[in-house]
Amino acid sequence: MKRAILSLALATTIGLAGSAAEAQTLKSVQQRGVLNCGANGNLAGFGLPDAQGNWTGFDVDYCRAIAAAIFNDPTKVKFVPLTAKDRFTALQSGEIDVLIRNTTWTSSRDTTSGMNFTGVNYYDGQGFLVRKALKVNSALELSDAAVCVQQGTTTELNLADFFRTNNMKLKTVTFATSDEAVKAYDAGRCDAYTTDASALYGERLRTASPDDHVVLPDIISKEPLGPSVRHGDDQWFDIVRWVNFMLINAEELGVSKANVDAQMKSDNPEIRRLLGVEGKQGEAFGLTNDFAVRMIKAVGNYGEVFERNLGQGSPLKISRGLNALWTKGGLQYAPPVR
Amino acid sequence: MADARGTARPQVSPINDPRWRSAIVQVLLCLVIAWLAYGAITNAADNLARARIASGFDFWNSTAGFDISQTLIPYTTQSTYGRAFWVGLLNTLLVASLGIVFATIIGFAIGILQLSKNVLVSRLAAAYVEIIRNLPLLLQLLFWYNAVLKALPNLRESITIPGGAVLNNRGLFLPRPIFGGAMDFVLAAFGLGVIGAIAFRHWARRRQALTGEQSPVFIVALSLIVVLPLVVFVAAGIPVTFEQPEMGRFNISGGIEILPEFAALLFGLSIYTAAFIAEVVRAGIQAVSQGQTEAAFSLGLRPGPTLRLIVIPQAMRVIVPPLTNQYLNLTKNSSLAVAIGYPDLVQVFTGTVLNQTGQAVEVVAITMAVYLTISLITSGLMNLYNRRFALKER
Repeated sequence: MKRAILSLALATTIGLAGSAAEAQTLKSVQQRGVLNCGANGNLAGFGLPDAQGNWTGFDVDYCRAIAAAIFNDPTKVKFVPLTAKDRFTALQSGEIDVLIRNTTWTSSRDTTSGMNFTGVNYYDGQGFLVRKALKVNSALELSDAAVCVQQGTTTELNLADFFRTNNMKLKTVTFATSDEAVKAYDAGRCDAYTTDASALYGERLRTASPDDHVVLPDIISKEPLGPSVRHGDDQWFDIVRWVNFMLINAEELGVSKANVDAQMKSDNPEIRRLLGVEGKQGEAFGLTNDFAVRMIKAVGNYGEVFERNLGQGSPLKISRGLNALWTKGGLQYAPPVR
Repeated sequence: MADARGTARPQVSPINDPRWRSAIVQVLLCLVIAWLAYGAITNAADNLARARIASGFDFWNSTAGFDISQTLIPYTTQSTYGRAFWVGLLNTLLVASLGIVFATIIGFAIGILQLSKNVLVSRLAAAYVEIIRNLPLLLQLLFWYNAVLKALPNLRESITIPGGAVLNNRGLFLPRPIFGGAMDFVLAAFGLGVIGAIAFRHWARRRQALTGEQSPVFIVALSLIVVLPLVVFVAAGIPVTFEQPEMGRFNISGGIEILPEFAALLFGLSIYTAAFIAEVVRAGIQAVSQGQTEAAFSLGLRPGPTLRLIVIPQAMRVIVPPLTNQYLNLTKNSSLAVAIGYPDLVQVFTGTVLNQTGQAVEVVAITMAVYLTISLITSGLMNLYNRRFALKER
């Protein structure tokens, strides 16, 4: 039903609202006084509201960082929980300003879905969760297995590709939400549950007895996850893209939530430009020069956001892996501020 | 006042003539609506192009690349989005048509039971109606699905049913019959049986009209349609073998597979809609005047034939229009399948295809057109039935 309403909204806004997709997003967010952020409402570590309605998660912190950059207030975010299949329509129709919902960057999404990916905030890959009792050691042993999967994901396509290229027989059972898919897997409907490896650890905790399940070591795809915005608004695109780059640069330069005030007095020109002490980088975005300071004060640098939500400071205990900085053998690399 | 009939209409200018006025207003209104529609469509196309959202129907022949759990026509991950559409549509039609049959049977039974003189029976029927129709359907579907999954054993502890069927939480697996060549005789016998039964019924009616004597139409028809082909079947040496479902490492393959998603959806839809149909039937029967029953009794008819020959045919005239609504509701409600993983049209097409192509406007438009078409056809057929059985005033 939600899908139909969103689509109707899309058709009417697109049909009647003239040229709505121009460079207006920042202005309309400022006028509205709140950022509408499309997030996952159901995934531990990335986006999940707790019992009090406080949202936590890696992607959620990105929403807060953008709000802090614009309003100097990380709480001025309205989180819109979206299922995998509703997320693109929500972005296209303007219901949300930015989609930060562990969404894989692919060519077709970039070109034909009216959206632009601003960067990669998490390098992921698709894996499998199986019961230990099956004594399966590799995804290649899963021929003829029934696999539960969430609908409207790249996961669904990679799964079919993987089984076909390896000449394995597949039985897919598709659900609208990860919640239902995990429940069905847990009830024994499927032999395996598949999604991004980062999510599997969180989903494993949701099964009745997490110790009976194991994440297979195989990674069958590249899943670069990142924030996306609508086509046609370059200013807004730049802001969202550089929120990610600023957080990564902050980690690289050793600027953290705790030391950001002290670092403002640093002599290092790179730090001075990052924090807007030198130059007018922030104004060029349509914000103020110190917007990175506000973001770092609100959520910390990239490493802090990672550790708090996904790393050792969280129940998930995911290692940095590919998401370590390039200086430490990982892939996270941001262009310089200058 | 003079009688205006038969005299010529007074000459007035077209501006003051109400016929002209209403015609002009209607033409103008049509033009305005057409202009608005044209503006909306071109504007939408412009904006889609500006936002670089793909439009058009080119995606129809692109490779889909995803798997579907239940397919009535051949489908692989290499099939097209168009093929996926047909798979989803057929799955919707399958569950809707079976659901309509079951809901009608259960609904009529419960509706008639509600009027039973036995207090226990009528109360139980009323309780069924009140409980089922007052709970949201989505909740019931999730309940049935999870109840089915939880109640059934795991793959490794499958229940084997005598005859080779296997039941577990992956579904019900039946042996698939493979018929030999001699099956043609059995089919021919069946065809002859049906023709014979129709002919006998025709003859029996005429005989009853002429002489008043009744013939055992039901028993004769049953033996012609069922027993005759059965005898031929046995005489031909039972020309059928079965492909048995076989246990693999993970799953059972072969045989006929009934998915738990399908069973839960069919079950949920039938039970839910039956509660509404029961109310429609009850109301319809109560709408028939009590005098009709009394008149039938006074002619010496027993309660059974009274209900069958006097009350139900009159009640049907009241029942059919709201019954049509229930059929339409059932078909539309089948789209809730998405919650329990049954691959119906909405799940496959409006869900996965829309998401993989990103073409919301086209996909939703097609889906709306499909449901509209199904609904119009259903209501057309029911109207046809209604017209045939409507009270004919002579």
